[in-house]
Amino acid sequence: MADIRNNFVGIKSPNPFWLASAPPTDKAYNVERAFKAGWGGVVWKTLGEEGPPVVNVNGPRYGAIWGADRRLLGLNNIELITDRDLQTNLREMKQVKMNWPDRALVASIMVPCDEESWKAILPLVEETGADGIELNFGCPHGMSERGMGSAVGQVPEYIEMVVRWCKQYTRMPVITKLTPNITDIRKPARAAHAGGTDAVSLINTINSITGVDLDSFAPQPTIDGKGSHGGYCGPAVKPIAMNMVAEIARDPETRGLPISGIGGITTWRDAAEFMALGAGNVQVCTAAMTYGFKIVQEMIAGLENWMDEKGHASLSDIVGRATPNVTDWQYLNLNYVAKAHIDQDACIKCGRCHIACEDTSHQAITSMVDGLRHFEVIEAECVGCNLCVNVCPVEGCITMEPLAAGAMDQRTGKPVSPIYANWTTHPNNPMAKVAAE
Amino acid sequence: MATGHFIEGVAGGRLSAEQYADNFSDLHPPLDHHEALVEADRCYFCYDAPCMNACPTSIDIPLFIRQIATGNPLGSAKTIFDQNILGGMCARVCPTETLCEEVCVREVAEGKPVQIGRLQRYATDVAMGENKQFYKRAEPSGKTVAVVGAGPAGLATAHRLARHGHDVTILEARPKAGGLNEYGIAAYKSVDDFAQAEVDYVTAIGGIDIQNGKALGRDFQLSDLMRNYDAVFLGLGLGGVNALHADGEDVDGVANAVEFIAELRQASDLSSLPVGRRVVVIGGGMTAIDAAVQSKLLGAEEVTVCYRRGQEHMNASGFEQDLAAANGVAIRHWLQPKRVIAENGKVSAIELEYTAMNGDKLAGTGETLRLNADQVFKAIGQSFVPAVLNGSVASIELEGGRIKVDAEGRTSLAKVWAGGDCIFGGDDLTVSAVAQGRDAAESIHRALTSNGRA
Repeated sequence: MADIRNNFVGIKSPNPFWLASAPPTDKAYNVERAFKAGWGGVVWKTLGEEGPPVVNVNGPRYGAIWGADRRLLGLNNIELITDRDLQTNLREMKQVKMNWPDRALVASIMVPCDEESWKAILPLVEETGADGIELNFGCPHGMSERGMGSAVGQVPEYIEMVVRWCKQYTRMPVITKLTPNITDIRKPARAAHAGGTDAVSLINTINSITGVDLDSFAPQPTIDGKGSHGGYCGPAVKPIAMNMVAEIARDPETRGLPISGIGGITTWRDAAEFMALGAGNVQVCTAAMTYGFKIVQEMIAGLENWMDEKGHASLSDIVGRATPNVTDWQYLNLNYVAKAHIDQDACIKCGRCHIACEDTSHQAITSMVDGLRHFEVIEAECVGCNLCVNVCPVEGCITMEPLAAGAMDQRTGKPVSPIYANWTTHPNNPMAKVAAE
Repeated sequence: MATGHFIEGVAGGRLSAEQYADNFSDLHPPLDHHEALVEADRCYFCYDAPCMNACPTSIDIPLFIRQIATGNPLGSAKTIFDQNILGGMCARVCPTETLCEEVCVREVAEGKPVQIGRLQRYATDVAMGENKQFYKRAEPSGKTVAVVGAGPAGLATAHRLARHGHDVTILEARPKAGGLNEYGIAAYKSVDDFAQAEVDYVTAIGGIDIQNGKALGRDFQLSDLMRNYDAVFLGLGLGGVNALHADGEDVDGVANAVEFIAELRQASDLSSLPVGRRVVVIGGGMTAIDAAVQSKLLGAEEVTVCYRRGQEHMNASGFEQDLAAANGVAIRHWLQPKRVIAENGKVSAIELEYTAMNGDKLAGTGETLRLNADQVFKAIGQSFVPAVLNGSVASIELEGGRIKVDAEGRTSLAKVWAGGDCIFGGDDLTVSAVAQGRDAAESIHRALTSNGRA
């Protein structure tokens, strides 16, 4: 049986599935339920400084987009950090940690961007017995207008500064949570690394408007006729998050920096993908908010089954395994040639591959052969773009088949070269380096 | 349990009021809003969609389904009505399982087609519920057209002609318009007086005058129409019922299935409608199934459909056969009626003879079977009665016993078009009658306006 116990920057948990800092981790009641359901850890909903807590809107806090059958694909929120008193949260955290010593309990923190504020809160958190802290530099709404959250996360110098303070004033491991609302995720990650962070976690939510009410012309979610951009999360953001995780994992400056992966993780498979790209563990929120805490049972069993099937003994066998395969476009092998192939037995003749290719691509799929409805790839036109695979409603019906070295590419009229060759040496590249003889 | 099942002979009141109501409620209840969205989302929006090609009226099915999915049911309804103004009824009565849904790629892929018929009903119900009229009449053309028969073909013709600005008079023999939509389909397929609501919806465009109780050959002649109107459309359906050719079929208790179905549709109190304890229906088409299932639903204890060929030859669709079976109707094959047995002038049993294929000819085997029956329905087809056309003008050319038309619906007589069940080469479907009526109207319009130009 695969061992899925997790050790993330010294924080141990029975599995790599943590609940992200968010409404599901706002109080003891929820966290106790989560631990009972089997979650390996939680990042407690972000604590603010002592004093009157923040307030939330009293109308809708969430907006969403849906797929077929109203399956929730993307969620956004305009909720702020915890709106409960700091002492109440600290008291509950201490009790929960005592009740569940084998689970990870990490405190998310967001206080004003000055040394005194951080210096003041860290001992209070440490006193709860929390396993670590996560710096919320990501929250994109409300708090950012007050110079916190993503307002810090968008300025690498601030990140480095705050991380340094935290490392100075606490013995707890520091996880720096990054905002995706920037152009290059590597910059804030490098800054956190320079400040001495133990890990980064990402992504926080993405600035978004989920919809517009076309009767009132108000953005959604709507508060008394107005809306504000909220933080977008859920399955829709997973590809964006995975790229950002991979960028940090493969950046020479941050390579080896532990990453807690966040962003649309809904199933064991999503988690395994994040971990393969370099995440040491994962954090989940929207899936739990959609289906409840029980989903972790599927995640645990699914991950174990897959690892057993593939012979992966522990998480270290999978973390970062895909990272070396993420590269720059310029290094992709231009001599690799693939052609679409349609399995005629599996084809249901919907014609979507044809019309997608005909209208928007390369006119490489027939619609009629000998007077019969028939969809077949015209190899001489096929550039191997994969659009037909993506629009085909039948999984596995259209596949991309690589041409063997030496085989004739009917489109170019040339045999497929066995030699790896990329753009850096391509004759069309004015900056091409001379290929080594 | 009601004991009315066991009353001997032909009797009414076999069931409780609740049972009647339940038995004759909507066969396919309408999709609610969410169900429609989920079902619409199953459509793959196929290229050159097979469903569209299978539809006799060529409705752009992927487009209307996409319009439902995107929250535009009115636009969806217009897409449907553009091709088929009786799209509401067709959504209810089309044998979709042998038309659009049979070729749906999801039927091919997983045996579960997109429920096109029910989606069509959803969209058309929304539009008709709001009485949304999509079409305006063109400027009056000053031309007049007579339409004989207010069935699906006649209504489709009339609507399309009215759109083009022509004045249409529909002459209908029966007290109500609608034709088979009103008189010829099982009650549970079209509830809440939908056929009349649809007639009102179609005629709301204006320029259509329906005169009921006017029968061709009795109240007026074809020559009158040809003289008084610029064009004539014949959509008079089938007036005759084929005989059993069994001895003694004229006794009490032997009836035409089409009349039974019509009577049932018109009944205001189903308990007043008598039905036998043991019913035998002779035939293998939709009419046979409709009569058999409804007999069962009216409380008959035992209902048997007897068909002279095999299951694979039945005109009733697989769905209809399953529906009959699910309602407890027994379907027996390779049996033809031989003799109706009567007691005191009333049918008491029917003697049938087994049949078999002798080469490529069907023949009785000599072996017989006797089924007790206090009611026998004849459902072995209807026939066109050409006599109503005769006498007043040169006789119209027939083919296979029905009116011969060309691809545009033109008959052998100038100024006279025809469509629906009365023409040769049709398939006896509502949706085909609509297509024929619509296309004949376009042909008439071209003829009246020198190629469409007024």
